[in-house]
Amino acid sequence: MQYLLMLYAEEGGWARMSPAEQEQGVAAYGAYTQALKTAGALVGSNRLQGSATATTVRVANGKSQVLDGPYADSKEQLAGYYLIDVADLDAALAWAARCPAATHGIVEVRPVWSM
Amino acid sequence: MDRTAQARRAADAVARRSYGKLVAFLAAAMHDVAAAEDALSEAFAAALADWPRNGCPANPEAWLLTVARRKGVDRFRRHRHGEAAAVQLQVLAEIGESASADGDDAAIPDRRLALLFACAHPAIDAGTRAPLMLQAVLGLDAKAIAAAFLASPAAMGKRLGRAKQKIRQAGVPFVVPTRDELAGRLDGVLEAIYAAFAEGWSDPGGTDAIRRDLTAEALFLARLVAELLPQEPEVLGLLACMLHAEARRSARRTAEGDYVPLAEQDVALWDGAMIDEAEALLSRASRLGRIGRYQLEAALQSAHVERCRNGRTDWTPEVQIYDALLALCGSPVVALNRALAIAELKGPEAALEIMDALAADGRLVDYQPYWAARAALLARAHACHDARHAFDVAIGLAGDPAVRRYLQDRQAALPR
Repeated sequence: MQYLLMLYAEEGGWARMSPAEQEQGVAAYGAYTQALKTAGALVGSNRLQGSATATTVRVANGKSQVLDGPYADSKEQLAGYYLIDVADLDAALAWAARCPAATHGIVEVRPVWSM
Repeated sequence: MDRTAQARRAADAVARRSYGKLVAFLAAAMHDVAAAEDALSEAFAAALADWPRNGCPANPEAWLLTVARRKGVDRFRRHRHGEAAAVQLQVLAEIGESASADGDDAAIPDRRLALLFACAHPAIDAGTRAPLMLQAVLGLDAKAIAAAFLASPAAMGKRLGRAKQKIRQAGVPFVVPTRDELAGRLDGVLEAIYAAFAEGWSDPGGTDAIRRDLTAEALFLARLVAELLPQEPEVLGLLACMLHAEARRSARRTAEGDYVPLAEQDVALWDGAMIDEAEALLSRASRLGRIGRYQLEAALQSAHVERCRNGRTDWTPEVQIYDALLALCGSPVVALNRALAIAELKGPEAALEIMDALAADGRLVDYQPYWAARAALLARAHACHDARHAFDVAIGLAGDPAVRRYLQDRQAALPR
């Protein structure tokens, strides 16, 4: 089954880190991605630009409304994702727990709608 | 007896004997509790039509499984397409064949434990785990479960439906966790069983048949888990704890339905066989050498029983067990009960001091037993004014009319 791991984190956190800590953080994500690849579980993954770059769009009465900013105004924002393919929810939760974001933020696990 | 009645009796017997096993087997194969339940109930309906005409099959379990598998396959074809569905169909076909080819119901693998672990999975809403287990393994309908958990049938039906949908869509596995994960995951299963038991226990008069049955169903589940995981001391501890509580059922109320506190219960009314079984389980658990919350709770029950039976007045063992329990789980309810044991050892003032500190926690402010205990201690300490107030709160929070009556009598007995 495919699961989307959505990584939520407090956005100021990264800027407050020292260069050495940032380097360590990047390395941890690199290692995690490598582990997923090695296990044959990785389908896709990306880190996102900060929520200040977000724009929301909705169409109401035929007119599109474009607004600056993210959809949900919460302290933790979506910072990236991993799309993985594993046997079941337990396997997905085990990968989510290993994700560095689970330590400094929150990882939401959602099964992908299978056709 | 006519053949229809005979068929119905045979079907009832299979349902009683094997319902949980059949549902568990189908659910694990289909990765879907609701579909397994539906397929099995269709199979039972087919049996009631077929058996009166063609006679009861030699192996009714295998007959039902074959029909349920066919119904499940049909359902799959109707509702799902694509590669995943094809794989699933293959699995269903193979598993169904192997089970029916052996023609022996002992050959149906017992997946009930895996089903219980799926129902009590951390991904399932905590409050729905116990109802879900009761429905999936015992086949109780949503209406009966709703009555037992004081919920509306519609709301309970929705909660159960949502949980089953999550199991299917999120891919909750039907497996018994591996050794290193077992302890943590087993907690969820045991907690749900205990919650079901507590629901039944809260109708001590046994006036409500559904709720009284719930303690029996919870005992059945605990026995089942104990049988399937005989090396897990906490399972044995939970079963022992529940048996101890159940053994005192008929002593908890007078014939008139009045509440009788433990200290005043007639020990002759306790069920000796249940107490013996509980004690045997507890000593088996302790030989496994891993202490835990349920074993300690059972040990407490055991100490109470021993003290009451032998007229012992020393509360030291109880206080020691509470100390261990508090160190293990830090719950304010345990701390409260520990304070009550200390009251017996050192007097009400010592206990009230602990309780004042506990009240700062805030979680006990609407906990009825806290106020009842506080009232009783204040009365013993001759602080009548404060006692009267505490009784008021305790009476106001009580849901059980017998407990309310008991507290009102105690309040009225306070010197003016």
